[in-house]
Amino acid sequence: MIRLHNVSKTYYPTSQRRNARAVKALKPVDLHVPQGQIHGVIGLSGAGKSTLIRCVNLLERPTTGTVSVDGQELTGLSRDELNQARHRIGMIFQHFNLLTSRTVFDNVALPLKLMGVSRREIRERVTPLLDLVGLDDKARQYPAQLSGGQKQRVAIARALASRPRVLLCDEATSALDPHTTGAILELLRDINRKLGLTILLITHEMEVVKSICHRVSLISGGELVEAADVGDFFTAPTTQLGRDFLNDFLELEPPDALVQRLEDQPGEHSHPVVRLTFSGDAVSTPLVSRLARDCGVDVSILQAKVESIQDRTLGLMIAELMGDVEDTRRALTYLNDHDLQVEVLGYVQRDA
Amino acid sequence: MSSAMLNLILEATLDTLYMVAVSGLIAAALGIPLGVMLYVTRPRQILAQPMLNSALGIMTNIGRSVPFIILMVAIIPFTRMLVGSSIGTNAAVVPLTIAAIPFIARLVEGALNEVPPGLVEAAQSMGATPWQIISRVLLPEARGGIFTALTVTIVTLVSYSAMAGAVGGGGLGDLGIRYGYNRFNPTIMLITVAILVVMVQGFQSLGDYLVRKSDHK
Repeated sequence: MIRLHNVSKTYYPTSQRRNARAVKALKPVDLHVPQGQIHGVIGLSGAGKSTLIRCVNLLERPTTGTVSVDGQELTGLSRDELNQARHRIGMIFQHFNLLTSRTVFDNVALPLKLMGVSRREIRERVTPLLDLVGLDDKARQYPAQLSGGQKQRVAIARALASRPRVLLCDEATSALDPHTTGAILELLRDINRKLGLTILLITHEMEVVKSICHRVSLISGGELVEAADVGDFFTAPTTQLGRDFLNDFLELEPPDALVQRLEDQPGEHSHPVVRLTFSGDAVSTPLVSRLARDCGVDVSILQAKVESIQDRTLGLMIAELMGDVEDTRRALTYLNDHDLQVEVLGYVQRDA
Repeated sequence: MSSAMLNLILEATLDTLYMVAVSGLIAAALGIPLGVMLYVTRPRQILAQPMLNSALGIMTNIGRSVPFIILMVAIIPFTRMLVGSSIGTNAAVVPLTIAAIPFIARLVEGALNEVPPGLVEAAQSMGATPWQIISRVLLPEARGGIFTALTVTIVTLVSYSAMAGAVGGGGLGDLGIRYGYNRFNPTIMLITVAILVVMVQGFQSLGDYLVRKSDHK
């Protein structure tokens, strides 16, 4: 449904600032989002997320490459044709971008007015949209009278008014509190299911990816460095940046007191401290008791949690493996053999 | 005070109102589009035309930098060509209008600049043409700022019109100078100033009311 091929964007200095250097905001990127999918692009600020999503409806014209939406190559269209094509691509923004001088109803009606839809048809189309986003009682109010979440609902209704095939979400929940974020994401998922709408969203929040995306791309330095199904990404990210995002999200770091005692190298009287990530079958294995029985190692659990990522379960644990050097080595091998991700964080002195 | 004097004051008041209203209307009709042009032809704006933008900018600056009293005498041939005379209220309307056009244009440009760029971007994402962006987004969203600009202009025109009176334009300024100053009649001077104060207050209140009404922020 959305296909980016070799899309890059370089900002060249304007004539007034000849000395400025060209900035490569986006290195050549390929991205394909199939019909009906919710695809998230996650990255830190300045990674090129905004440029990427603006290239999809050509708010930013890519320096190289082609953009196709719904089988139509946008990069080859004239300005008029592009404006027509944009009616089939809805977009919502971090700061909602509602017109303050228009009521909720008139904001939602705006894209239809631009398309020259008759007044009667506008009324017939706007009212159900306000119903859909749960704001049918606010039609006569002005945006200033609404909360952030309500404003984003108006923006969603507005984006849907022209019956687009694709919805672009530019940090749509970043200005909202966690509770409201949840409600807006719920609405987006609902729309995706009900209308079969393809959604491309950019965000810096793992929570957003976790709760509604099917697939995720990781962007860094203007490049897509990793792409995976969301379940895979949350259980086994393949890049360091992916792991950093995951660890930040899961907040699974060893306690400070322990970190200070950690040594890089194993000593004669030290125990390994490990971070275990397990998914799939490993989740239901009675791991701790097996380690004790089969390897003769005692396991002291320092931290643990279980997350469900859509249909998958993800277990995480930070534990100290207590036993002699031989036994703990056997235990690590055992863990590695059982489809677990094992990361040795360091070693602590036995008697400390 | 004699009834002849009262008649004179009434006539002068109407003359001032006439000059301000006519020049204000024409200047708004030309200045608002010029202000829009100044804004939308800026670099990276929806109708970016850097060359045209510079040219318009320079013209506007020239218009604004000529002192009104000099502008008035400098364009006398043009005024005469347009209204057939260089004295009288109609003759005063010409320089008043010409002074007010660049004034309004800059203020309108400033008002448009206050519209968050995100709104223009949203309209573009909906497939709006530049004309639609101007008529359905920029102007409505800047309505309050434009009313403020017009109010400031009208008030400025009231004081400029008094200056125009000094060179035969008629109106309250003319009355104040001729009767109040030249004939040492402080009462007339006070009355003309008082009427001007009331007039400015009235225009300002009307402007404030319109700004308030169009503001839904």
